[in-house]
Order: sequence, then structure tokens, then C-alpha cells
Amino acid sequence: MNSAAFIVIGILTLAAALAAATLPKLMHAALSFAVTFLGIAAFFFLLGAEFVGLVQVFVYIGAVAVLIVFTILLTRRDIEKDRGFNWSGVVVAIAVFGGLIWAIFKTQSLSGVAPEMPVLTVKHIGEVLMSGYVWPLLCVGLLLTAALIGALILVMEERK
Amino acid sequence: MSVSIDQIFVSGKRWLLSWLAGTPDWAIQIASSLINIFALLAVFLTLFALMSVLERKILGRIQNRYGPNRVGPFGLLQPVADGIKMLVKEDIVPVRADKIVHFLAPVLIAATAILALGIIPYGRNLTPFTIDGGILFFFAVGSTTELAVFMAGWGSNNKFSMLGAMRAIAQMISYELPLVITVLPVVMIVGSLTPDTIVAAQDDYVFGFVPRWFVFTPWGATAFILFFVSGLVESNRTPFDVPEGESEIVAGHMTEYSGFKYATFFMAEYIGMFAITGLATTLFLGGWHAPVRALEFIPSYVWFFVKLGALLFVYIWLRGTLPRTRVDQIMNFAWKFMLPMAFTCVIAAAVWHYAGRGLRGWLWSLVVIAIAYTALSIVLDTRRKFAPRTYRFAE
Repeated sequence: MNSAAFIVIGILTLAAALAAATLPKLMHAALSFAVTFLGIAAFFFLLGAEFVGLVQVFVYIGAVAVLIVFTILLTRRDIEKDRGFNWSGVVVAIAVFGGLIWAIFKTQSLSGVAPEMPVLTVKHIGEVLMSGYVWPLLCVGLLLTAALIGALILVMEERK
Repeated sequence: MSVSIDQIFVSGKRWLLSWLAGTPDWAIQIASSLINIFALLAVFLTLFALMSVLERKILGRIQNRYGPNRVGPFGLLQPVADGIKMLVKEDIVPVRADKIVHFLAPVLIAATAILALGIIPYGRNLTPFTIDGGILFFFAVGSTTELAVFMAGWGSNNKFSMLGAMRAIAQMISYELPLVITVLPVVMIVGSLTPDTIVAAQDDYVFGFVPRWFVFTPWGATAFILFFVSGLVESNRTPFDVPEGESEIVAGHMTEYSGFKYATFFMAEYIGMFAITGLATTLFLGGWHAPVRALEFIPSYVWFFVKLGALLFVYIWLRGTLPRTRVDQIMNFAWKFMLPMAFTCVIAAAVWHYAGRGLRGWLWSLVVIAIAYTALSIVLDTRRKFAPRTYRFAE
């Protein structure tokens, strides 16, 4: 049952990704990109990583996808125009894909049998984040706060 | 006796599943999920129909008129008439609309609203889908609504739709922050993101008669009010219903929808409202627990729906009482008042926890919230600043 689900989700995700790359209208591409995010979240669920899957939906569909569509809406005048086909993008994508595949097949740590993973609960993740990874967590928090303040300064009215 | 009535739905489902004995595990799993889904849809679509007529009745009462009273006894069959009317209306899709996106928007918005209902514990052992990160699931699904609203606005290819969608999304994003942050203290105190654990933590009574609901602690009460107000905004209810406005932007992102698609938007709005009040009940009002020990013989789901109904009544009451706010007022309120107060709740909950969760903690957290509230109200006081109105025009 899991492998069947894997194949179905894989086909859907790949189709959405392909649509995002090839659809003539930019807004359609952005929306199919959101479907790709959903497919990746489904993969996380399939692997038993509920928390990561939910965060994927929360952050990538709730925030990043909305950010993308708004960026398109606010920066482009000609949303309706056909955007053509970008061959350099194809070359870059194939290069990245090839590099990743090469790296994955070269890795030694993947050759063994997958160990039996304990069920990962949100509580475990929270405990690990708050003990072992507390400094990276604080750094990320600081970075995001700085970004927030930066955004505020950008939109602040200039006093005359 | 009371236990068997309390568990009547659970045993009913077990009885239904006993018909499938002998079939493979996955078939039983799928059947079990389907039963949950059908039960959820049946209950909440009925509640939607009931709510739509009761809302009009209560609004009529508040405004000193009758409300619907022609179809059926006391106008109770009004939703049936409305439903038939919506179904037979012509479905108009604008010529220049993006057909696919225009079609998908109401589907997505209804789907996300219904999904959010799945994690709420409606009674003892009555959680349709138990997910480890249930609260996170609720908000993850809820955040998808923004994309659906955008699709509706953009797909209609209409300036009113787009502007309405922008307003709706801006206010949804702004109020999602206080909404999520006011949930944090509860999650912190309970130490779990599972709704069932949160409800279980609110069992029992203090001094034997005050239920241990989070709303009876200072941080819980503050967080509950903030959550409730954010919920009002998220479900676009009065006084925060600016995404719609006949004289300004017609029906906002729903302008170009007619017939059943419009009804779907309407339904999604109400179901979203049920979901958010259901979550408020779960988080702060003790879920399905009875308020008094002597009344524990009444089934747990009855208590849940009584609390849900009370909150929904407040929604209607507010709609009948308050005028609308302006867009800039809503935004300022979110960022300048709601967000700092939500953070204060987190701190107050931590103070409550470290002061021993008793009376001392209760008083200390009250002090924290009072200080923050007074400071904010002094800083945000605009009463003296009213000057002659100036107009700024685009250059």
C-alpha cells in the first residue's frame, strides 16, 4: 500500500513540478508550484515525519506560495503575457539534478539497510530543539527578527 | 447507563464495522475513515443549515423584526428553500475569467474548511482523526485558505474581486499571528500539540467546584479573548467583515461567483467559523468536560455542542450589535495591540507555571497581563491626537 501511495504521490508531484516549469501563464505556474509543495508534504507524511509534513504545508503553502503569487502580482505588469521558454533554466536544472543524483549514488551512508526508526513525536523534536540545537534555533530566531525589522524599515513612512 | 449513552456513537461505529469482519485491514481502515467523514459532514452541514436560519432569526430579534417565518414551522425550513434556490440558479462564469482557477477556488476553500474540523475532539473518544500534531494540522490547513481566496480573486479577473481578495488576505495573514501565538501558552502548559491531551489536561476541578479549564486562569482568559477576536477576523465576521462591502468592493473575492459556487463560499465561511470556535472550546473551555461534577452524567458531546453553540451565539450577537471597523483600524489593532498581548500571554503562562500553578501563580500572571495591558493602552491612546482631517492624493 505504501509503495502504491509513493508512486501516486510521486507522479502527482512530478506532474505539478513539470507544469510549474512549462505552463505559459506565470500565475498558473505559481499555483502548480504550490501543488508540488503539497506533494512533498505528502511524502513526509508517508515517511512518518508528520511534524515536518505539517510545517511544510504551513510554511510553504501558507506563506511561501502566497509570497510568490503576491510577488508576481505586484512586480509584473504583463501577467497575462506568454513567458516563453527559458533554455538556460533547463540546462541549470539538468545540471543540478545530475549533480544531486551523482552525490546520492556516491554516498556511503545510504548503502546500508534503513534502520528501524522510532516514532518521532512533536515532543521529541521540541526537546531536541531546546537542548542540543538551542543555539542554531536562537540564531534563526535572531535572523528572522532582523528580517522583520528590516521589512518594517523598508515600508516606514519617511518623515519630512 | 450514562456511559453507554456517552459512547453511543463509538459503539455504533463499532457495530457498523463489525459487518466488515474478515476483510483485510486496509479495507476496515478506509471504511472507518469514511464513517468518520460522513458523520462529520452530516453533523456540520446540518449545523450550517440550522445556523443560517437561527442567525437570521436572532438578528431579527435583535433588530426588532420577525426574521424568516414563512417556510415551514417558525421558518425552520428556510435553509431548504435557500439550498434549492442556490442549486437551480444559473452558474455564471465571466468570459475573461481564468476558468480553471475560478472553478478550483471554491473547491479548495471548502475542502480546507472541512479538513480543519477533523482534529477536534467532539466528546470522549470522539476525535475523528487523532494526529500527533493536531493543532499544527489545524493551522497548516487554515493557512491554505489564503491561497484559495487569492485564487478566487485573481481567477475572476475583476478589479473588485482582486481588491477584495487582497483585503481578505491581508487581514487573514495579520490575524494568523495572534491566533497561533495565543495557542502557544496552552501548548506550553500541556506540553503537547494533540487536542485530546489538551482536553484531558483540563479535567478535574480546583477546590472541588471550579473546573480546571484554561479560561479560568488570567493568561487563559486573555488568550481566549484574543483567540476569539482573531477567530472573528479569520472568518470575516462583523465587526471585521471588510472583505465584503456592497458600496465599496461589492462582495470582495466572491463578486464573480453565483449560484452554488457562491453557496460553497458561504458554507466554507460558516464551517471555518465552526472549526475555529470548536478549537477555542477545545483549547480554553475544557473541550467536552462538564462544568460541574454533578452534571457529568450528561453525555460529553452534548457539553461540547452546548459550548460551541454558546460561542456561535456570541458571534451572532456581535454581528447584531457592533458597527464595522475600517481596514486600517483592523490592521493597526492586529499589529499594535493583539500581537504584543499574545506575546504577553506566553510570558504570563510561563510565570503561572513557574510560580507553582496555584493561587500565587494565578496572581503573578494577572500582574504580568495587567502591566502589559496598561502599558499598551497608554502607548496606543489616540484620544488627544485627533486633528483636522488631511487628505493625501497620489501624485
